[in-house]
Amino acid sequence: MTLAKWFDAAAPVAGAPGVTGLAVDDDGWRGAAEDFAAAGGRLVALWAQGAESGHRAVFAALAASARVLVVELPLAAGESSAAHRYPGLQDLFPFANRMQRAAGDLYGVHSTDPDTRPWLRHAPGGASYEFVKVQGEGVHEIAVGPVHAGIIEPGHFRFSVVGEKVLRLEERLGYAHKGVERRFSQIGILDGHRLAARESGDSAVAYSWAYVQALEGQVEVEIPRRAAWLRALALELERLANHLGDLGALGNDAGFAFGLAQFSRLKEQLLRATEQCFGQRYLLDAVIPGGVRADVPAHAGAALERCVTGIAAEARELRDIFDEHAGLRDRFVGAGTVSCALAARLGLIGLAGRASGQAFDWRVDAPCRPYDELRPRKCGAAGGDVAARVAVRFDEAQESCRLALGILADLPPGAVQTRVPAPPADAFAIGVIEGWRGPVMIALSAGPGGSIRRCHPHDPSWQNWPALEHAIIDNIVPDFPLINKSFNLAYSGHDL
Amino acid sequence: MLKTLRKIHRIGIVTEPAPAADESLRVREALQRRILDVMGRALCIRAVDAGSCNGCELEMHALGNPIYNIEGSGIRFVASPRHADLLLVTGPVTLNMRDALRRTYEATADPKLVVAVGDCGCTGGIFGESGAVVGRVANVIPVDVAIPGCPPNPARLLSGILAALSAGRVSSA
Repeated sequence: MTLAKWFDAAAPVAGAPGVTGLAVDDDGWRGAAEDFAAAGGRLVALWAQGAESGHRAVFAALAASARVLVVELPLAAGESSAAHRYPGLQDLFPFANRMQRAAGDLYGVHSTDPDTRPWLRHAPGGASYEFVKVQGEGVHEIAVGPVHAGIIEPGHFRFSVVGEKVLRLEERLGYAHKGVERRFSQIGILDGHRLAARESGDSAVAYSWAYVQALEGQVEVEIPRRAAWLRALALELERLANHLGDLGALGNDAGFAFGLAQFSRLKEQLLRATEQCFGQRYLLDAVIPGGVRADVPAHAGAALERCVTGIAAEARELRDIFDEHAGLRDRFVGAGTVSCALAARLGLIGLAGRASGQAFDWRVDAPCRPYDELRPRKCGAAGGDVAARVAVRFDEAQESCRLALGILADLPPGAVQTRVPAPPADAFAIGVIEGWRGPVMIALSAGPGGSIRRCHPHDPSWQNWPALEHAIIDNIVPDFPLINKSFNLAYSGHDL
Repeated sequence: MLKTLRKIHRIGIVTEPAPAADESLRVREALQRRILDVMGRALCIRAVDAGSCNGCELEMHALGNPIYNIEGSGIRFVASPRHADLLLVTGPVTLNMRDALRRTYEATADPKLVVAVGDCGCTGGIFGESGAVVGRVANVIPVDVAIPGCPPNPARLLSGILAALSAGRVSSA
């Protein structure tokens, strides 16, 4: 196994289980990426840091089954961006392209790959962006966004079409770029979970948990067992709420308003029960360093149990209705297909990956506490179309109900918080939590005096947005909202 | 089909009745009256995400569920600023969205109302102002009402929309 030499040379990294780190030179950077690609491994994230974080460097988190190797390539000091171009990884991991361009925008750290168009930092005054032109008889372009026709996050889609058929889609993102990485370095490390939660509001639990997992790893604090279980409850409620919302919207996008009415009713019930338990409908502040903000009141836990039991039964009933509805089947089956082979080539991950045969779930394959005790079941499908993503959502919604009910039934007694001191300067850790879209990663470096030297949040949407460009090819334009919703990728989470 | 019809029949109408104890529902009643008084027709809202974390959007979606049933109160979300009476804007406004927000505002016919949504829309929130973020919505376009919250729940959103229709040009809901 060629990967053994990399893992043997690496040192353990605090935070998520199974993470190791290694400083490399140009050859090691490229060599590690080639070996992981050859062994069927994945690129989890690629990010950079500037001189203000101590030294310029570029990082890549590479994964093979349940183990992660974080390679760090230090770059020459100096202001000139041409001083050192690091070897690009786009040929090995296609979606590295955008992360490399983002690193160039934010830190002036450039790769040797040819695509140097800005990604997150848009030209002032909305100057033109060079979309790839599709030419030929009858080809025309449709430009959509950044302000969309519904209640959606901002982004731009450029379709090249013939008649109704899409020949090419090119995405242009970065409209929600808020400079979160720099904002992190302005707040205390014990407050960073609040900003992490707001990286993508629909994945607030996943982000804030990944953040505190890294932080708690740096100071080697073990949180109380009850606190860990409550975090898992919060994460599964977040997953369930998003799946309910999206299943309803998917029905609606296929012309079945009944689906939206039913699922949005169930979602509202769940949000109200969640508020009784955690004091918030959306759990932006539930996870804190050392545990959770407050214990769940006993009567609220009982009400949540009734609510989730009801949702599980109704979701089964609604699944039958969806499955038997000829109009929905017609729209779902074969729409927006990403084959298993393409998914593997593109590095598709998370929910969308599992619907295209990429059977990886951090909760199962590299479980952090308390998932080693809870033992979630992995859901998956091989169809890779909208129908497959709908099926995986139905399965995962049921599984989240099962996990939530199990947690409520066997919630261990004890405290829900423990004290977390500020980590020493230079402490480094990685947090990874399987959110509803896929694995959310946080790379956290501590600065002196309880400050943050560098924090990089990574959303699974970085991997999956490029796959959407493939999924829409040869489909018709009116199916785009449906296909897009079946992925429901993050804009804010991606745009940093 | 039979299952669908049976489900519809069994669930019935879940929109919460007007005289319930919940304060939000009195707001809904007042809002409906106010829309009829001021507009004489449905109030058309254009949602603009000028850079939010998407938390506020989730609660804006909830307005459409059968419990809040915003369409039943005479409010519609529309697909173009040219059809809109009111812009519901979430923030913080990013540098990359500043021009798009300004253009959306300019494309909306007068008279128009602007409601800024969420802590970030009101003040810039946790993101503040920086090289990438212009901050609160009022830094870019005139704002009639600002609804704080992270995110504000559907009842507060309804109160804010009512405040905009009732008063106009006030600073906070």
